[in-house]
Amino acid sequence: MKHLLSAADLSRDEALQILDTAKQLSVATEQGVGKLPPLRGRTVVNLFYEDSTRTRISFEAAAKRLSADVINFSAVGSSISKGESLKDTALTLEAMGAHAVVIRHNSSGAPHRLANAGWISGGVVNAGDGTHEHPTQALLDAYTLRDHLRGGEGDLTGLNVTIVGDVLHSRVARSNILLLNTLGAKVRLVAPPTLLPYGVEDWDCEVSYDLDSSLDGSDAVMMLRVQRERMNAAYFPTSHEYSNRYGLNVTRMNRLSQNAVIMHPGPMNRGMEISADVADSNRSVIVEQVANGVSVRMAVLYLMLGGSESLK
Amino acid sequence: MTNDFLPSGRVVLDASDISRALTRLAHEIVERTHGATNLTLMGIPTRGAMLATRLGELISQIQGSPVAVGAIDITMYRDDLRLRPARALQPTTIPPEGIEGRLVILVDDVLFSGRTIRAALDALSEHGRPELVQLAVLVDRGHRELPIRADYVGKNLPTSHTEKIQVNLVEHDGNDEVRIESEA
Repeated sequence: MKHLLSAADLSRDEALQILDTAKQLSVATEQGVGKLPPLRGRTVVNLFYEDSTRTRISFEAAAKRLSADVINFSAVGSSISKGESLKDTALTLEAMGAHAVVIRHNSSGAPHRLANAGWISGGVVNAGDGTHEHPTQALLDAYTLRDHLRGGEGDLTGLNVTIVGDVLHSRVARSNILLLNTLGAKVRLVAPPTLLPYGVEDWDCEVSYDLDSSLDGSDAVMMLRVQRERMNAAYFPTSHEYSNRYGLNVTRMNRLSQNAVIMHPGPMNRGMEISADVADSNRSVIVEQVANGVSVRMAVLYLMLGGSESLK
Repeated sequence: MTNDFLPSGRVVLDASDISRALTRLAHEIVERTHGATNLTLMGIPTRGAMLATRLGELISQIQGSPVAVGAIDITMYRDDLRLRPARALQPTTIPPEGIEGRLVILVDDVLFSGRTIRAALDALSEHGRPELVQLAVLVDRGHRELPIRADYVGKNLPTSHTEKIQVNLVEHDGNDEVRIESEA
């Protein structure tokens, strides 16, 4: 694996290898091994053009636990705020000897450009690009689902996953649909028509406008954040109406089957897409998703940088 | 004459040889550790971990009390990690007693360059400070590249560098045997 740009790049076997590696790494963490040696002498750059708390911290923790050197580079407080182009920033990172660049960018396709323009020789990990993809989020979601519903082994064949909310702006949804299909799960999207992207009928999933009728038979419900910062038009009349029709509250949660889990990629708008009672309930695996994120990102970095460079 | 349908090479230990060697190793361990109290066997996956489980059962039969058995993955501690594509990780299991202050015996199938054992010592130290660490191997084939030796050896097999030792165990390969295969 040279780069991780899209969840679609992963074959079933590659995805399972990442999940299996993440499992062993999480066991090591549970056993109290704070630091592992495989990335000693490797430099990982976190290049963040967009605000992020958990993803940046998660990648930083993952790289550090594997003994890599980490350089954090964010748009604010760097020459990017003076107008430096992606290309010039990339050439600078290359000159500094970055072995991998973890990039978050507000433009869809920026990681692809960075990986394929010939500016840098190291690997590129997409940590979220615009409204396109966020493959490591999909991997940590798959890991969490597998851990809870498949005993931590094998793929996700036969699982029904319902993704609810702002699909239009969600890179998490796109990556999840791709990866969940690769791993054998069935995906159903639930959203108001205004928050579904053009061409969604060609995606490999079911689409519904009604949450209540979609809860039966779901093994997991993934609530998406309503991304107000990307909304420059009126997608729904009021927050209250959105919350009434598409928010996950206790009444709806109680209609889910016994083992079903509730997920959210964070950050949550409590009271909007998910009620506080549901977010804090024992059905919610939201905090686990964060912990699993570190293990999964460790696995990705280990598989990208742990072995030889020449044989990739 | 070689036959393509049969495993190549010469069988040097068959199932009963392996069984006798392990029984003797178990007795030696009990003798030299004065009754195997405070003992923890740590196998190196894949086959070392299986041998550790077998040795643990044999020792507990001799002693009449259970022996702590675990496994220690060395993948991330290898000195040749960068020479090949990233390898899959193997499970590490630490017995509930931990390894702090314990008498730890590392168990592996074949002792060759000694680099695996060097890596295992590093991996072990992440989990605590044993009182003593020893090494038990089924086969010692020589050609050490580091100052490491085994404390318990099932069978010394002098080999040339070009030969390959293949250890099969029932748990993993369906049968118990050790073969020497020469590189064609």
